[in-house]
Amino acid sequence: MTTVDQNKELIKEVLDAYPEKAAKRRSKHLGVREEEKSDCGVKSNKKSVPGVMTTRGCAYAGAKGVVWGPVKDMIHISHGPVGCGYYSWSGRRNYYVGTTGVDTFGTMQFTSDFQERDIVFGGDKKLKKLIDELEILFPLSQGTTIESECPVGLIGDDIEAVARQKAEETKKPVVPVRCEGFRGVSQSLGHHIANDTVRDWVLPKADEYRKLPEGFESSPYDVNIIGDYNIGGDAWPSRMLLEAIGLRVISQFSGDGSFNETVMTPLAKLNLIHCYRSMNYICRHMEEKYGIGWLEYNFFGPTQIAKSLRKIAAQFDETIQANAEKVIAEYQKDMDAIVEQYRPRLEGKTVMMMVGGLRPRHVIPAFEDLGMKVIGTGYEFGHNDDYKRTADYVKEGTIIYDDVSGHEFEEFAKQLNPDLIAAGIKEKYVFQKMALPFRQMHSWDYSGPYHGYHGFAVFARDMDLAINNPTWSLIENPWAAK
Amino acid sequence: MTENTERNLTPAVTSEAGKIQDHFDLFQTDPYQDLFEYKRQFEGAHSKEKVAEVAEWTKSWDYREKNFDREALTINPAKACQPLGALFVAAGFEGTLPYSHGSQGCVAYFRTHLTRNFKEPFQAVSSSMTEDAAVFGGLNNMVDGLANSYTLYKPKMIALCTTCMAEVIGDDLGAYIQTSKNKGSIPEDFPVPFAHTPSFVGSHITGYDNMLKGILSCLTKDKKQETTNGKYNFNLGFDPYIGNIRELKRILQLFDLDYTILSDNADSFDSPNTGEFQMYNGLTTLEDAADSINGEGTFFFQKYTTPKTQEWIGKEWGQETYNFRPFGIKGTDEFLSKLSEISGKPVPQELVEERGRAVDAMTDSQAWIHGKRVALYGDPDHVFGLVNFLLELGAEPVHILVTNTNEAFEAELQAVLDASPYGQNSTIWGKKDLWHMRSLMFTEPVDLLIGNSYGKYLWRDTKTPLVRIGYPIFDRHHMHRYETLGYKGALNLHNWIINTILDELDRQTIIPAKTDISFDLIR
Repeated sequence: MTTVDQNKELIKEVLDAYPEKAAKRRSKHLGVREEEKSDCGVKSNKKSVPGVMTTRGCAYAGAKGVVWGPVKDMIHISHGPVGCGYYSWSGRRNYYVGTTGVDTFGTMQFTSDFQERDIVFGGDKKLKKLIDELEILFPLSQGTTIESECPVGLIGDDIEAVARQKAEETKKPVVPVRCEGFRGVSQSLGHHIANDTVRDWVLPKADEYRKLPEGFESSPYDVNIIGDYNIGGDAWPSRMLLEAIGLRVISQFSGDGSFNETVMTPLAKLNLIHCYRSMNYICRHMEEKYGIGWLEYNFFGPTQIAKSLRKIAAQFDETIQANAEKVIAEYQKDMDAIVEQYRPRLEGKTVMMMVGGLRPRHVIPAFEDLGMKVIGTGYEFGHNDDYKRTADYVKEGTIIYDDVSGHEFEEFAKQLNPDLIAAGIKEKYVFQKMALPFRQMHSWDYSGPYHGYHGFAVFARDMDLAINNPTWSLIENPWAAK
Repeated sequence: MTENTERNLTPAVTSEAGKIQDHFDLFQTDPYQDLFEYKRQFEGAHSKEKVAEVAEWTKSWDYREKNFDREALTINPAKACQPLGALFVAAGFEGTLPYSHGSQGCVAYFRTHLTRNFKEPFQAVSSSMTEDAAVFGGLNNMVDGLANSYTLYKPKMIALCTTCMAEVIGDDLGAYIQTSKNKGSIPEDFPVPFAHTPSFVGSHITGYDNMLKGILSCLTKDKKQETTNGKYNFNLGFDPYIGNIRELKRILQLFDLDYTILSDNADSFDSPNTGEFQMYNGLTTLEDAADSINGEGTFFFQKYTTPKTQEWIGKEWGQETYNFRPFGIKGTDEFLSKLSEISGKPVPQELVEERGRAVDAMTDSQAWIHGKRVALYGDPDHVFGLVNFLLELGAEPVHILVTNTNEAFEAELQAVLDASPYGQNSTIWGKKDLWHMRSLMFTEPVDLLIGNSYGKYLWRDTKTPLVRIGYPIFDRHHMHRYETLGYKGALNLHNWIINTILDELDRQTIIPAKTDISFDLIR
């Protein structure tokens, strides 16, 4: 049997455990990559099946946790009960530079801490007062976003009216983000909603809000970094690479980003987007509205970095193209040294991945640079266009799972027995209990950066230390019945 | 405009094993420091002078007054929401699948939070309700959800709580569960205890109480016998130290007492690595839990976490409830005396000796803690146990902050403080948050802070050393495996506190030819 047939068989077995209706629903989300097909053969962006353990989050997580949260000098209010803000407090490692509590607020939690009376009488009054109190205590904040939690949308509050009133009074942006957790099927709609608030509440007033650097003059090399959330500092080596080839990064949105950078974005000549899933919406809007083109890139691993740098440089003149070649050549020796050191320790090792955003496809070539093979991959909240893009990255026979359930992931892993699983915190200890090496691919397992040439060195080191860790050999006790 | 000309934009990548630069080193190098400086001009940042001026002002009494004037805004609260506690208590029962009815994102958060603290898998499901359920109610989600989770995960019990979405739209849990049974999702006799756990009421400890009561009322229904079973029940509350359950069991065995732990989640949050993943690790059997109604009495260690359950047990079971705080020396003394009384046995010599060792250790180190000013925060009962211990050591708990407080707790704790010479400078700050605490610590500084990992931001800002005791602890490993209960637990608490003080003294005296006069070898 070919790998394709074997894995199709495996999918059937795994589905057997479900009740019929659930099996039917889930069967559409599991597939095997076949070379002749243009996509991965799975449905996506559908509701999760009730009672089946999904790893997905909600719209609030996408809007507050992903898109707006990293904008460091604004205050992001978790508007509603205390939990959402509490659980997402400092959870994503979006690094930033600033004096927290004074001019930046990234690792703080602001909430309206709804009580029963707020549900009964509405929370708008409290919200107004809350924004006044923010102004008193945090005079250097550059604005506010209001991320509404489930009850807000159910009780009929008008946070937009509050936002308009307070923006006028404070002369600062106040952005209402309708990201109640019941909207949509995953965090993905939260990204979209947050993008739309940038379109509707921020960019129309960009000229009014923008503070240009002293003596700033537009240049043909001005670009924005879009959709790099600076986890473990990812955006910084990325920025440095772009600067090294002669581009001028005028905005990071949103990792280590500021509100001013958000309103700088329309001045750029090109949007460079890393996480397509969460930020394509605003790129499309800026293309339509300002004629700014956008380009996806991948800064994981030397092969893709070189490819991406050339692709980016091709949008500019020969000087930039020559610079790109120079930079690629300059790092070749360093990258060869990394590969020489780690490849022999990782050659042929197999990997199963399950992450969000761009990583289920973007990281594959970085593994391949180290001689590793990705035999399964899938998205928490991908859409059809993600799976189309993934088809270019994965090999024939790769098992593809969309919104994979705990049951499916565990069974696939048991049967395919990969050398490494790369997913999230909720999965980590399940697989480690199964004696399977694991790395978190959301938080880089508290390591990073993984982007850029500097990031690849860290990535290589981390994959090695996960797989070649001596404690795996201790798990079986010497008295276990064979 | 500052230009790029002076910067090194292609710093080499170090490939040498052991010298690879990750975020700890890389961003401290000149090329990255220069990048930060260069980037600043695009940020629309305030001047460094202005930032410094405002930073200084946030430390002032003026700022403190404005900070304490807050009525609507909560910043860095020391409380989570109800379902977290509900899931936590459910995990202690045999074969139990925690199920959250409502939006699905909540469960992702609960699982993440618990997993990060315990470094253990935490399995729970959601009925994944979306917009249509917001309009029509979540009945269909529950019918499907129960059928799927029952078939797929083969639990012995599903413990169902709610998210605020289900609460706001007013889903009728009892009726929905019955309908699910009628539709064949789960067998008629399959236990599905439930609790309403709206996040806009109380906190995680309220959810703990509601779910515990829900589980017990479901399992003990019609189980009341004529005679007692001779056992005592014990409940630890929202206690993240799983070592405490194990220590309690050891103590009870030393007294030869027959017992049932109500929610024994020790293995749920600390299971051995055998190479095989086991989904269910709750150690309280459903049979024992059902029989708890026939116990001689039920002990609680967290009075303010479990008021509803206690009231219900007293009323419905006609059973005696006892509240003890076996933390620190006297709290443990009282508890052991009670065990001695109910067992009719003297306190075992082994425990008497442990007491002697703990007291010996406290005496050995007392000079380093006596009179030290301490700030601490956490849940009411957690804080209560710590305050008792600090007073025993002669430390002064100056700022006692409890976000999820209540009046009875404050009155009881105040009486304890009033009765101790070390409690005379104490203030209980109820319903306050960690941003209030920041002001307190700047205006009335202390020597030591005791709290969870979120306390590290207060440590950074005020330079007050932090002892991590509480939940969650994300940035230190394995603390939850230790016991804080009993004399052995007192020794652990003591060890963490004293050695944090001594570490801090070393940090303060480590500059050669300047502060290292006092960099003592012997302390």
